[in-house]
Amino acid sequence: MALTLDINGKATSVQAAPETPLLWVLRDELGMTGTKFGCGMAQCGACTVHLDGQPIRSCVTPIAAVGAAKVTTIEGLGGQHPVQQAWVRHDVPQCGYCQSGQIMSASALLAQNKKPSDEDIDSAMAGNICRCGAYQRIRAAIKDAADFGPPLGEPHADIDEAIVAASGATHHGAGR
Amino acid sequence: MNAPVNPADLKSAQPSRRDVVVASALVGGSLLVGCSPADLMSAGSKVEVGAFGPFIKIAPDGAVTVISKHIEFGQGNHAGLAAIVAEELDADWTKVTVEQAPANAKLYANGSLGAQLTGGSSAISNSWEQLRKAGAGARAMFVQAASNKWNVPVGEITVKDSVLTHGSGKSATFGDLLADAAKVPAPSDVKLKDPKTFTLIGSDRVRRKDAQAKSDGTARYTQDVRLPDMLTAVVAHPPRFGAKLKSFDAGEAKKVAGVVDVFEIPSGVAVVAQNTYAARLGREALKVEWDEDKAEKRGTTAIARQFHDIAAGKDASAKWEPFDQRGDVSGLDAAKGADIVEATYEFPYLAHATMEPMNCVASVDGNKVKMVFGSQGQTLDQLNAAKIVGCLPGSVEIETLFAGGSFGRRANFQSDYAAECVHIAKKVGKGRPVKLVWTREDDMRAGYFRPLTVHAVKVRLGKDGYPAAWRHRIVSQSIMKGSPMPAGKGPDQTAVEGAAGSPYLKATPAVDAQVALPDIGVPVLWWRSVGATHTAFVMEHTIDQLAAKAGKDPVEYRRALYKKAGADRHLAVLDLALAKAGPSATPGWTRGLAVHESFGSVVAQVAEVKLENGTPRVGRVVTAIDCGVAISPDQIAAQMEGGTCYGLSAALFGEITLTDGQVDQSNFDRYRVLRINEAPKVETYIVPSGNPPSGVGEPGTPVIGPAVANALLALTKTPTSRLPFVRSEA
Repeated sequence: MALTLDINGKATSVQAAPETPLLWVLRDELGMTGTKFGCGMAQCGACTVHLDGQPIRSCVTPIAAVGAAKVTTIEGLGGQHPVQQAWVRHDVPQCGYCQSGQIMSASALLAQNKKPSDEDIDSAMAGNICRCGAYQRIRAAIKDAADFGPPLGEPHADIDEAIVAASGATHHGAGR
Repeated sequence: MNAPVNPADLKSAQPSRRDVVVASALVGGSLLVGCSPADLMSAGSKVEVGAFGPFIKIAPDGAVTVISKHIEFGQGNHAGLAAIVAEELDADWTKVTVEQAPANAKLYANGSLGAQLTGGSSAISNSWEQLRKAGAGARAMFVQAASNKWNVPVGEITVKDSVLTHGSGKSATFGDLLADAAKVPAPSDVKLKDPKTFTLIGSDRVRRKDAQAKSDGTARYTQDVRLPDMLTAVVAHPPRFGAKLKSFDAGEAKKVAGVVDVFEIPSGVAVVAQNTYAARLGREALKVEWDEDKAEKRGTTAIARQFHDIAAGKDASAKWEPFDQRGDVSGLDAAKGADIVEATYEFPYLAHATMEPMNCVASVDGNKVKMVFGSQGQTLDQLNAAKIVGCLPGSVEIETLFAGGSFGRRANFQSDYAAECVHIAKKVGKGRPVKLVWTREDDMRAGYFRPLTVHAVKVRLGKDGYPAAWRHRIVSQSIMKGSPMPAGKGPDQTAVEGAAGSPYLKATPAVDAQVALPDIGVPVLWWRSVGATHTAFVMEHTIDQLAAKAGKDPVEYRRALYKKAGADRHLAVLDLALAKAGPSATPGWTRGLAVHESFGSVVAQVAEVKLENGTPRVGRVVTAIDCGVAISPDQIAAQMEGGTCYGLSAALFGEITLTDGQVDQSNFDRYRVLRINEAPKVETYIVPSGNPPSGVGEPGTPVIGPAVANALLALTKTPTSRLPFVRSEA
């Protein structure tokens, strides 16, 4: 029995049993591997996708529960979403494995809150673990994406200064 | 009494990691004596090398690809390694890309470790000279080609951003000259740049090359590998370390739709299926009985008690090995009084808990093996795979992918999860690829933990308030003991590094420092910063207690000891961190300081801490590092930020406990890790240096724990004797 899901704006027929978690349908059946498996019990946020714009954990969401809701995955953001651009400008990723989930949580936050405070960011992002500890760059990139707003063009000439200021990092020496 | 031992002698007697790997090759059997280690480990390899050597490929359009022998799992080494080449080659940095090297120990061995292996924070340091020469050599070939073509002296040609020019107006790109340059014999001796003329190295232009792919979901990890006809496997492992399979009933498991086969492998029972979800359902339906006769059945409470007894000298069977013994410490055992400081410390087992649980893809066709995964120790993985299928190690093909973190977990002498995948792929056979997927629970319960460790320290202060006699006992498990290494003299350095070599011990006239490493049936492994995870805490937190006892300021106390020990780099990072921190803490916060050297780099941190409902909260953390030449200041800062979070996560919450031999934690619900609302704000400052680059990935991790403990000591007057700070009863 096939179910039809709305994934990134496309009606998509899937064969998996209705109780199958959305995560495994996305990854194994549809080959959309940007959404990651981290814990399998909604503890780490690596599998975060949007359901009608709300961030949810796809590892514990059976496809039967998705119904007609619109699913948006990291692939659906298109690669140049303001949050993704901010992520690149700040060199947020280290190992990178959690970042799809981080970006999905951050983009959902910014869609609802154009100017999130530190507290807003904490409460929206506390469900997403980053074992590399890129948290302060995540925070800086969210604020940056909020400041720069929707689609950005070329990187700013003064971007390094902006990054240094936003991340609190300062560089000295450099071996000369 | 043991004779005085010079720590320098111990170090040379200690088998190096190179010896370990060579020994491991020999254990593999069927290999010939008389080969060099690199020949032995790469035997059977068919990797080809282009005109510009094993590290550089240049495309017809002039685009430069740097081949990295090191895996990238967050450290930023791909950017740093590429920048070293691009600097000497004068390549257009914006068009440089990075490609992962194939497995070949002869071409791609880590110069510090003797095998293709990423570890010990050595990716940049061991590649520094090698890649500078590679870049300069390729540059010289282009310059020679231009000189020949234009009939002008090589000295009159300049190179910038992949373009060669001559004063006459002649100009050509790498692409234009590629065919000619490739025919120029590679120079045997090349002139490297004067570091003062570096334009890329040390600049903020050296940024990650993988940030876009890691922000749009296209970066490829083992978990994402999809190959034609590929099967997915999960494995039922025994519930206790050392248990074996007794019997299993696969009847129900095989009824699960999508399950293809169920069979025994050395580490348990494999369930092979069409997809991950089916494999997991199949495993749930499996009935297994385990033989636990030889299993480790003790809990961590009992193990910790044993370690405390050993440390206190209550266990006559304990085997002590000295790592620093000088002068006369007699009388210290029984000493009591105002000049004595005694402290014991207990550190728990820690899981690495990488974001991507362990996994591997392998296919076996006869004695042909292909592996696709985040291999951290390609040579080790080749050797272990070769043993399973019976082939030459170099013929095991490995495509190394990004890994979702490692922190030490992915490199071990048994290649545990990779070997497990090869066993399954061998049974499946016919070259059919199998992806082994570990769940979070599999990953967290599989062991290879940072060892549980106890320290007991007793120090007598002299009349001047500084240490006169220092007695130090460490009880831990040996990480190297499980390896096929030859028995060497002196203790396992991974258990004592950081106490051994400490400037505080150097500044103390009488020292008796020893380690005992009892056998415990829990597998242990290096964990980001290895021995320093506990030694840095003990040395730095003890120093603040000594300073308090002596009625001295902990900063001045350190300065005096560093001067005595000749620890100039410690002094420099301390001074830089303090200067940048400014004269006073943010109102409402208390400062703690710690300084530690590991992997050739020295890090100082000033951490601002407060207690919220009894739980430490860390705010501003000012970090200074001396890591030699800074290739990528931005990625050094990233490693200080991330390393601090990793260390703080462990110090605040990290603890693996066992009850009757079973690991109590299995997921992030009970193995608590740092989240964004608990993360500090780390500022990074780099000491200017002309020394060759040293480690960055690990040295930022071990300093924050003692810095927080020292802040709490200042705040509450109570020392910390056990980590984590926040303990949840199991």
